[in-house]
Amino acid sequence: MPDQLLFGMEVFLNGLMAGVLYALVALGFVLIYKASGIFNYAQGVMALFAALTLVGIMEGQVPFSHLINAIFGTEVHHFGWHLPAVVGIVLTIVVMIGLAWAVNAFIMRHLVNQEPIILFMATIGLAYFMEGLGDLMWGADIKKLDVGLPQGINTAIDEATYDFFGYGFFIDNLDIWATVIAIILVAALMLFSQYTKQGRALRAVADDHQAALSVGISLNFIWVLVWSIAGFVALVAGIMWGAKSGVQFSLSLIALKALPVLMLGGFTSIPGAIVGGLIIGVGEKLFEFAIGPLVGGATENWFAYVLALIFLVFRPQGLFGEKIIERV
Amino acid sequence: MFYREAGEFKTSYVDDNQTFPIRFDRYRYYAVLAVAFLIVPFVINDYWANAVLLPFLIYAIAAIGLNILVGYCGQVSLGTGGFMAVGAYATYKLMTAFPDINIFFHIVMAGGITAIVGVLFGLPSLRIKGFYLAVATLAAQFFLVWLFNRVPWFYNNSASGQINAPERTVFGQAVTGPATEAWATYLFCLVFTVASALLARNLTRGAMGRRWMAIRDMDIAAEIIGVNPLISKLTAFAVSSFFVGIAGALFFAVYLGAVEVGEVYGINKSFLVLFMIIIGGLGSIFGSFAGAAFLVLLPVLLKNVLVGTLGWPTGLASHFEIMILGFLIIVFLVAEPHGLAQLWRVTKEKLRLWPFPH
Repeated sequence: MPDQLLFGMEVFLNGLMAGVLYALVALGFVLIYKASGIFNYAQGVMALFAALTLVGIMEGQVPFSHLINAIFGTEVHHFGWHLPAVVGIVLTIVVMIGLAWAVNAFIMRHLVNQEPIILFMATIGLAYFMEGLGDLMWGADIKKLDVGLPQGINTAIDEATYDFFGYGFFIDNLDIWATVIAIILVAALMLFSQYTKQGRALRAVADDHQAALSVGISLNFIWVLVWSIAGFVALVAGIMWGAKSGVQFSLSLIALKALPVLMLGGFTSIPGAIVGGLIIGVGEKLFEFAIGPLVGGATENWFAYVLALIFLVFRPQGLFGEKIIERV
Repeated sequence: MFYREAGEFKTSYVDDNQTFPIRFDRYRYYAVLAVAFLIVPFVINDYWANAVLLPFLIYAIAAIGLNILVGYCGQVSLGTGGFMAVGAYATYKLMTAFPDINIFFHIVMAGGITAIVGVLFGLPSLRIKGFYLAVATLAAQFFLVWLFNRVPWFYNNSASGQINAPERTVFGQAVTGPATEAWATYLFCLVFTVASALLARNLTRGAMGRRWMAIRDMDIAAEIIGVNPLISKLTAFAVSSFFVGIAGALFFAVYLGAVEVGEVYGINKSFLVLFMIIIGGLGSIFGSFAGAAFLVLLPVLLKNVLVGTLGWPTGLASHFEIMILGFLIIVFLVAEPHGLAQLWRVTKEKLRLWPFPH
């Protein structure tokens, strides 16, 4: 087989894995958008915040230590414990649920019935707030996140492909794990929304707020639930990206990667988020591989957006979005 | 006492159609202009010009531009940073290619070029609406910044990849380059700001502005009563990009002097200008000024208090600043979703009746 084709295949597989991670972030967007019509820009920052909190709890950092030191002139840094990953994850989930409650109680409840653009702006404000809060709580330095997932080249695939093609594919163990976990997560979400009482209530709210309210579903509870689930999804995404490239500010920028995924897949469709994520992941990696060197590289920054833009001109509601019906 | 309409009789259409129909309002406006043009240039110093006044004037132009698109025509755009970059690079190319022409014309032409680019990226708005369009404009943001970063022609093959504004003069006084004086740059920007505000105000009051507002309120209904959506949306994109391009040009040439595109015209710039018009008030020229003033002054104030008075480390203070900014945006949206302009309107109503509110 020609080398270019083999490289291309490797790029394709890696793109697929990256696409799964994009899909994971996009999923959080879709969940909140479906249930409350809020376009939650803060999803990426939630992933950053969750990852920061997880690292902070596991390492036993004192929250706001820099702030406390600056104000009182003390020298506190760590509590001096190291918690196992499982405990850290559980505690972080508790924090994210608390955050979901706070967001609803202090922001979203006051903005019910406002125009979507106002809600969107509120989530951008929330994103800024949480970005500052996360840095203030846990410090802005780059942190290593190790929850015990295997990392590095997968030797089994490397050897198998070497035997078969005469060229070993480089595929990161972490990417494989991320894919598996993402699939499990999506399956769990599907089962949850299909077979549990809360899941049904969630779908009812997504379908029609007022009808759901009239049959006795508590909108407040559902919104807190949805934001909690989105927080959980953000945590998973944060762990994956954090383990890959360290927990740092750039983590919040994955939200920007998820936006074209959403456009492509449609804001209201969970399968759309996944398929969109895969298309974008593969598309941008292959484009960078094939065209990137000709035009100076770093095309990943914009390729996804331009692809989504061109696609939307032909299909304005995205791949799986609900058909937009306009009435006067 | 204030905003009295009693005794003001409009006897001609010209009187009736004035920008500020109430006499008190008109005099207040003249007074502000007089202070800005005749008093401030004499008392200005470098710190005030660079920290407060220049950014305020330039952001006000950008905010007016974005407000035309978002506030008046209802097309949400997140590509402001990219369009500002177009203005900046257009000015740079024009300045270096035609050094004999006055910089004033370069900047206006840069606005024109940005308007053309804006129309190109505005074309999808005919098919795509709402959030889909907002995200689609991000394509402009990322693509344009990448383009200016990667194609050496745009930065004249300079080794650093930066663009630097050479010295240019207006009436013999340097307004760009290293040896400028605070009052000259201030006046130069002020002329553009006042002209933009006047132009925008009159455009939005006229037939074009009404078409934009019809499209904003409901595009299908507007189409049915005979508003051409193609022309309305694209003129909104063109006019908006024109102002944003001028703002980007001034930001580069007069304010910063040297620009690295990803840093200065990144996505954060787009959000900053969007915050300005949300906090200031959508669909209001005054709101654009108020929002720009608020978001320019807030960081300066916070920095002075936190770093200067309390002695916090700068890094910590900047995180705190981001947090406060986010917090304030949320507070504003919850308390007054229509922004500072709405507060101003309410105050005016109160003043008209004061001191006898019945």
